[in-house]
Amino acid sequence: MSYVLIVGAKSDIAKAVSREYAKHGYDLYLAARNVNTLEDFAKDITVRTQRTVKLIELDILDYTSHQIFYDNLEEKPLGVISAIGYLGEQDKSQTDFDQAQKIMDTNYKGVVSLFNIIANDFEKRRSGFMIGISSVAGDRGRKSNYTYGSAKAALTTYLSGLRNRLYDAQVHVMTVKPGFVATKMTKDMDLPEKLTAQPEEVADDIYQAQQKGANVLYTKWLWRWIMLIIKNIPELIFKKMSI
Amino acid sequence: MSLMSWGMHPKVKSTVLVFDKTQTLKKIIDEHDELIPYGNGRSYGDSALSTNIINVKPKDYFIAFNEKTGLLHVQAGVLLSEILESFVSRGWFLKVSPGTKLITIGGAIASDIHGKNHHIEGCFSECVKEFLITIADGRTLTCSKEATPELFKATCGGQGLTGVILEAKIYLKKINSQYIDQTTIRTENLRETFEAFEACKQKPYSVAWIDCLAKGEKLGKCLLMTGDFRSDGKLDYKKKKKRNIPFNFPSFALNNLSVRAFNWLYYRKIKEKISQQRVDIDTFFYPLDAIGHWNRIYGKSGLTQYQFILPKATSYEGLKEILSVISKSGKGSFLAVLKLHGKANDNYLSFPLEGYSLALDFKIERGIFDLLSKLDEIVVKYEGRIYLCKDVRVTKDVFEKGYPQVETFRRFRRENKMDEKFQSLQSKRVGI
Repeated sequence: MSYVLIVGAKSDIAKAVSREYAKHGYDLYLAARNVNTLEDFAKDITVRTQRTVKLIELDILDYTSHQIFYDNLEEKPLGVISAIGYLGEQDKSQTDFDQAQKIMDTNYKGVVSLFNIIANDFEKRRSGFMIGISSVAGDRGRKSNYTYGSAKAALTTYLSGLRNRLYDAQVHVMTVKPGFVATKMTKDMDLPEKLTAQPEEVADDIYQAQQKGANVLYTKWLWRWIMLIIKNIPELIFKKMSI
Repeated sequence: MSLMSWGMHPKVKSTVLVFDKTQTLKKIIDEHDELIPYGNGRSYGDSALSTNIINVKPKDYFIAFNEKTGLLHVQAGVLLSEILESFVSRGWFLKVSPGTKLITIGGAIASDIHGKNHHIEGCFSECVKEFLITIADGRTLTCSKEATPELFKATCGGQGLTGVILEAKIYLKKINSQYIDQTTIRTENLRETFEAFEACKQKPYSVAWIDCLAKGEKLGKCLLMTGDFRSDGKLDYKKKKKRNIPFNFPSFALNNLSVRAFNWLYYRKIKEKISQQRVDIDTFFYPLDAIGHWNRIYGKSGLTQYQFILPKATSYEGLKEILSVISKSGKGSFLAVLKLHGKANDNYLSFPLEGYSLALDFKIERGIFDLLSKLDEIVVKYEGRIYLCKDVRVTKDVFEKGYPQVETFRRFRRENKMDEKFQSLQSKRVGI
């Protein structure tokens, strides 16, 4: 068994993670919607690393398809990494429930649906790793992105429960909380250079942390301390702040 | 956004444009002028700076590799370091590589870079089979030396002024080890340095580190390093953890005294006249890449690299004169690299010609451009030229005297309306 399954494979973080794992000798299943747009990328990895890359169609919001998706994987993966994320628009989500729902469904429900299926298999096999990319935005709600943040908070809690449940089965569950990352998702934001990671740095951190069996990874590491401070600001003060 | 190159000078307000498909790129070219392609920002000066830059770095896919011929097909934003990470362990290396692996393939072509083996292998363009380029009228063409010689000769070394390189097919070379047998020769003066270079002409790789603050008798003393790949089959090449210079050093950190001390120590590290070392690829080819953001050592006002080349016939006299001026001025650099080059190629603006080149880093500070102008005069007197991808200040006059084919380049740009679309701060300054 040599495959790692990467879902949400079209995101910049997922692409960097794919290259990182292929570089370290893993074959890849890349799953996403309209996955055929990743053909050139799959070839890129094959030329770089001589690893096998298989593209598989997956709609994370089509929950009923998830079991079939997983059953159809001929060789079950060693591990799964979810890079699914949808930032959406905070303002719109306040007035348009469809937008709020899409943010919640993509970031939380979709991952839960798929991870439940994989967790059951890994638990039975008593091996595997499951990595969910959540966000520092889930550590505390802020007016600028709390719909997204709340969905990521739910994901973080889910992953922590899953970690607790699968501990006995020796299945490793890791929560990744990236801070700012220079990606398509953030390309229009004015991010502070020193706090912004490149997708390649995030990928390297994820690989290293997974190999070490870490539970929660903040990347860049500085965010652990930033969030520690932000989480500890009393609500009385926090609610008046604009951060 | 504010943009700069590796020299951190100048900082320029630029609009950064990205494209996914060639149609988007065509649209960008249609709708803008004063455009220049930008790769990994490792040229030192203003050759990749303009009002609008086209960011080619995200185009970083590997497309194909032929194990039999060593022909690698990649997009233009692929870094040389990525090629090494994938291919050294499989027994392949770049035919031509500069002193940093952190440049893109597109940049390597546009600067027609050279390496420690220029006297044997020539410039980067020698290993380019063909490339794909979008030119000013929006057409995307496959360009090769045979099929489209003018475009090839204008683009290789043309500083991005002919269009946007999208993909390239380049030949890699076979190696049997990631280790190099290095011989270091310590010389006492410029005469000895020249003799040592000539004696080592057959060695595949050679380069000299020169103490540019040495005076009088000692003027031009150096450590000449030559080498070739071993054949021990050890190909285990791994990315090393980089150490980063975290912030710009204060301006007093680098002064005459610290450079002098560094040079003194560096030179004394090697005790014997001739010594042998076994070093790995990164140590031999890319010593400075091990320190991330080393440009910050020069403080926030930045640095410039002055690299010139003189024909062989005038090299000795010219270098002597230039080194005397530098040593008298007391301004010097950590890095003064001397290199013997082989024959020039036909490309209109490629830098190398048969002779010696010297590269020096200078902190940008008051008086430095005056000193460099003084050096320019000597370079012109001895019929030499300045390397464009390192330059940020050379005048039109000095530039033109060094590059006899500049008029051909200009005419080609005019005829293809490239001059109406692609311009950099540098191209405007030197009139190309």
